[in-house]
Amino acid sequence: MPPRSRQLPPTAILLVTGLISIAAVVAFMTVGARGNWSFVLPFRGTKLIGMVLVAFAIAVSTVLFQTITNNRILTPSIMGFDALYVLIQTCFVFFLGAQQVSTLDPRLLFVAEVGLMVLFSCLLYRWLFSGAVRSLHLLLLVGIIFGVLFRSFSGFLQRIIDPNEFIVLQDRLFASFNTIDTGLLGVSLLAVLLAALAGLRVFHTFDVLALGRETAIDLGVDHKRITTIILILVAVLVSVSTALVGPVTFFGLLVANLAYQLMPTARHSVVLPMAALLAVISLVGGQLILERLFAFDTALGIVIDFAGGVFFILFLMRRAAR
Amino acid sequence: MIEIRNATKRYAETVVVDDVSISLPAKGITSIIGPNGAGKSTLLSMIARLLPMDGGAILVDGMDVNRTAGDVLARRLSILRQENHLTARLTVRDLVAFGRYPYTKGRPTADDAERISRAIGYLDLQDLADRFLDELSGGQRQRAFVAMILCQDTDYVLFDEPLNSLDIRHAVAMMKLLRNAADQLGKTIVVVLHDINFASTYSDHLVAMQEGTIYAQGTPDEIIDPDVLGPLYGAAFQVHEIEGKKLATYFG
Repeated sequence: MPPRSRQLPPTAILLVTGLISIAAVVAFMTVGARGNWSFVLPFRGTKLIGMVLVAFAIAVSTVLFQTITNNRILTPSIMGFDALYVLIQTCFVFFLGAQQVSTLDPRLLFVAEVGLMVLFSCLLYRWLFSGAVRSLHLLLLVGIIFGVLFRSFSGFLQRIIDPNEFIVLQDRLFASFNTIDTGLLGVSLLAVLLAALAGLRVFHTFDVLALGRETAIDLGVDHKRITTIILILVAVLVSVSTALVGPVTFFGLLVANLAYQLMPTARHSVVLPMAALLAVISLVGGQLILERLFAFDTALGIVIDFAGGVFFILFLMRRAAR
Repeated sequence: MIEIRNATKRYAETVVVDDVSISLPAKGITSIIGPNGAGKSTLLSMIARLLPMDGGAILVDGMDVNRTAGDVLARRLSILRQENHLTARLTVRDLVAFGRYPYTKGRPTADDAERISRAIGYLDLQDLADRFLDELSGGQRQRAFVAMILCQDTDYVLFDEPLNSLDIRHAVAMMKLLRNAADQLGKTIVVVLHDINFASTYSDHLVAMQEGTIYAQGTPDEIIDPDVLGPLYGAAFQVHEIEGKKLATYFG
């Protein structure tokens, strides 16, 4: 695959991938549609918008995260970002009480959660990417420990919480690709758009950042400022995807690395759209196959984590062999 | 001129650069020599604002390196480091093109393309221009990074042990390149060198460092002297004058 794709210009590869993703979207909207179109289209449409948002959020956050950490193994989920978001959600219900939380506007709650998420991820992760920590192993270890810590703490709170309140919490936490939290679609779309706009303003620094901290500083990039901006973007995007469909561990790793492999260049102007398109294809296409072909509505997340896990191990082994 | 005032760098209790104050003259080549762990590379990294300082200030052309905007400084000062590890897969031309980033912010013009090609030609990399960096030898990669620095076209250029991983032919070519850049383009070049004979042959000014402090400085004539080098490195030196250059032997 790589030798052949290297001969194609990046724009051609993007075009083909774009066409495939459009085909996946059209198929998802139409295949097996029986009955009233005025019901089918909005019903599938909201699901589709949710999946596209999630695909974009996960792909972009992973690629940018790998750019500032200068590696291709770590992803925001491996570093515990989505576990942090779940913990924040849990804390809200635990400390405010289910009564309070259910009377609040869910969109307002989402904004508050994203705000806290940005604050805490900057506090917790900022030092890791300032260039002070050079060892990938140490980063990976810190990430795993953070992830386990956040998950255990959420689990602990969920266990000691009032059973009635737990039901409310469960309702919020058990979002998946089948039960996308549609109430948050509007505000999520807005958050993603704002993040994308902010990202565009510093877009020209991304390729330079990928050269490493020292070279980036030498070339005049304000490394501290830009990494903080990217960290905020990542926190917002991870919040969006986790709020809509829950934590998806390996998906970002999968699409980001596929994009690097398929593209003959590492330029962000082609890698970022490529990763996003691949994410759309795998999410929408995967959901289509699950719903129509197998006709069993199991969670897509399980399939993705399985495929992603296998890919992760293969990827690590290939790197070790090199 | 590079003015270093009371520069200090500590790691926990160990002082790596200890209250160093020195002015490095503008124009010409200044070489920093000294034994391992003398703080040469650390000092160079601090001049290039890659390492935060624990005290003191460094001024390049009157601009404080830690207070001046990064992109302003990037058009005046550049550094080639010892280790250049890349995660991204880049061709030589892609890498060299990054040297124009401080001017173009990612939108190169025809003039930039011209400069990129010239830098590639200058380092004899035409045949390798479209090869990926991970397909090159250490020395070839080193030259690609030098081409990038050249493209950045700054008045001040710092090199941290640029002769590492270069064979004799390319080492000589590299030093001649630095000499040309200093003589013809009027650049100020500061270079950390391990080979004292290269330093003696090509520099205008030598700075000897030991244990985080300036041990001696002066012309190659003054520094390449058994009485200076002996205590500096803790080894016995014989100095010979060959064709007007002082060369030291230290092989026992």
